[in-house]
Amino acid sequence: MEKEPIIQIKKVSKSYPIAGKEFLALKQIDLLFNKGEFAGIVGPSGSGKTTLLNIIGSLDKPTKGDAFVLNKDIKTLSHKEAASLRNFNIGFIFQVFNLLPVYTVFENVEFALLLQNNSAKQRKEAVMRALKWVGLTDHAGKRPDKLSGGESQRVAIARAMVKTPKIVLADEPTANLDAENAHEILKTMKKLNKELGTTFLFSTHDEKVMGYLDRIIHLRDGKIEKDEIKNK
Amino acid sequence: MKLELKLAFKNLFGARLRTLLNVLVLSFSFVIIIFLNSIMDGWDQQAQKDSIEWEFGNGHLINEKFDPLDPYTILDGHGKIPEGTNGIIPILERQASIYPQGRMISVILKGISSEQTILKLPTKILKESKEEFPVIIGKRLAESTKLNKGDKVQIRWRDSNGTYDANILSIVDVFDCNVPNIDNGKIWIDINKLWEMTNLKHKASYFIVDNKFKDPELSSWNFKSQLTLLKSLKDLINQKKTSQSVVYGLLLAIALLAIFDTQILSIFRRQKEIGTYIALGMTRLRVVRLFTIEGSVYSILALILGSTYGVPFFIYMSEVGFPIPPADQKMGIALADVIYPVYGVKLVLMTILTVIISATIVSYLPARKIAKLNPVLALKGKKQ
Repeated sequence: MEKEPIIQIKKVSKSYPIAGKEFLALKQIDLLFNKGEFAGIVGPSGSGKTTLLNIIGSLDKPTKGDAFVLNKDIKTLSHKEAASLRNFNIGFIFQVFNLLPVYTVFENVEFALLLQNNSAKQRKEAVMRALKWVGLTDHAGKRPDKLSGGESQRVAIARAMVKTPKIVLADEPTANLDAENAHEILKTMKKLNKELGTTFLFSTHDEKVMGYLDRIIHLRDGKIEKDEIKNK
Repeated sequence: MKLELKLAFKNLFGARLRTLLNVLVLSFSFVIIIFLNSIMDGWDQQAQKDSIEWEFGNGHLINEKFDPLDPYTILDGHGKIPEGTNGIIPILERQASIYPQGRMISVILKGISSEQTILKLPTKILKESKEEFPVIIGKRLAESTKLNKGDKVQIRWRDSNGTYDANILSIVDVFDCNVPNIDNGKIWIDINKLWEMTNLKHKASYFIVDNKFKDPELSSWNFKSQLTLLKSLKDLINQKKTSQSVVYGLLLAIALLAIFDTQILSIFRRQKEIGTYIALGMTRLRVVRLFTIEGSVYSILALILGSTYGVPFFIYMSEVGFPIPPADQKMGIALADVIYPVYGVKLVLMTILTVIISATIVSYLPARKIAKLNPVLALKGKKQ
């Protein structure tokens, strides 16, 4: 199968002001991700994993270098263009789920589709399909506070996948889950990656996650230490 | 906008107690502001109606030497009734003293045609009475002098030559009227009798005019229209309204402060939620709009809640009225025992608009901060 580049990171650096000093979180990073990859960025805390994921997700901009996501230059995107890129093409899965507490499972998953102005019928079909992928159709009417950690993360996956994005960015998705739930979640994501061809990009230091990844990028002190291809 | 409105309702209903408290405070402001304004409008309407019916008629034609507010002008402030003028009722004012239970009380004797129908004064009884000096007085004077219907009281007055004369008046009726000007210290007598008593035949201090009156150029007489006469009353009520607006302002400020406080807290406490909205593809502008609409929705919910208890309360008050303490009725302005509130469409709409617009503004001010939030930090729930 021909490789189709979907994310290109070219000499990206990112610095933050911390206590009056500039902290360099990423140093001259070069990376290329192709469509359908199931890759992970691993490394200790403070290595720059989440920063890189945020730049790819257009939530942040590089200080230096260029980041192209779906041929869009993240550095030059306006707030509105970045919002549109996230809304239609990027799904997020967070460590602490970030479900909207006053909405039901159905409404949480439906949210992204509401922003896309889809019809009620289209939304319902898509939400139920996404809930079926994660095995939560019976929980559609429940509020997040009635769900277990594993169930909450599955709702987050459904929310990320409901709009069938080209890229899913998962930031420590298993950090708050027990081993059994973590494996369930990872199996679900792997299945969706295979079936829908969605590119999954993880930020993790969880050994369990690494076992499922096809590619592992080791990051240390903002630099790529190793870029290894597995399971191929 | 439709989506933001839908989400705002969902967020507020989800917040339960926080929403209930804000909505309760705001709805209370709604009801109180409408009620207090309706009382003022009710007073305004009642005072104008009573003043026209009991005192002003369609206007006054006043002798140039007579000033109703200056008692020193009573003695010489009168003139001969102009001939051929239709639709006018002459009133002659003279100073006198009465002696109820031996006390001397200064009064104004007011002569009026017993056949007049312009004013609501029960003057017909003056004509029907068989007494030599029949008079009518208002309930305020009756109370202060302890005189009742059927009582007799000695009176002393001066005729046109300044000679003192005295006689016994018979109180043939005590009328109940809300206009103090025609009641406090006023004794109403048939003008023919007063002309006879004072030797001022066909003289009048002023005239009450009816709607047939055409305003001819009458020398020595100044015409004051109904509108001019009502002006001082309207000015007084407007002044009262202005001072009451301080109360509305305070009430509204308390309610708006609650919303402002909630908005500030929301933006601090809901950082993760704001970050999630942005990550899911909502523009910052839409998130600002969502939070602003949430504030506006408080006022809409307050309107609904306020209606549930406010409307029955308004209906009840419009039936039983708002009682005015007797002390307030002696202020010298037309004030009934009970004021019936008047709920005008303008009043209700203006109140609704004021509350909704103010709530929107106080919601928008803190919500602007969202546009400057760093979504990465917001997602982590870090205070910014």
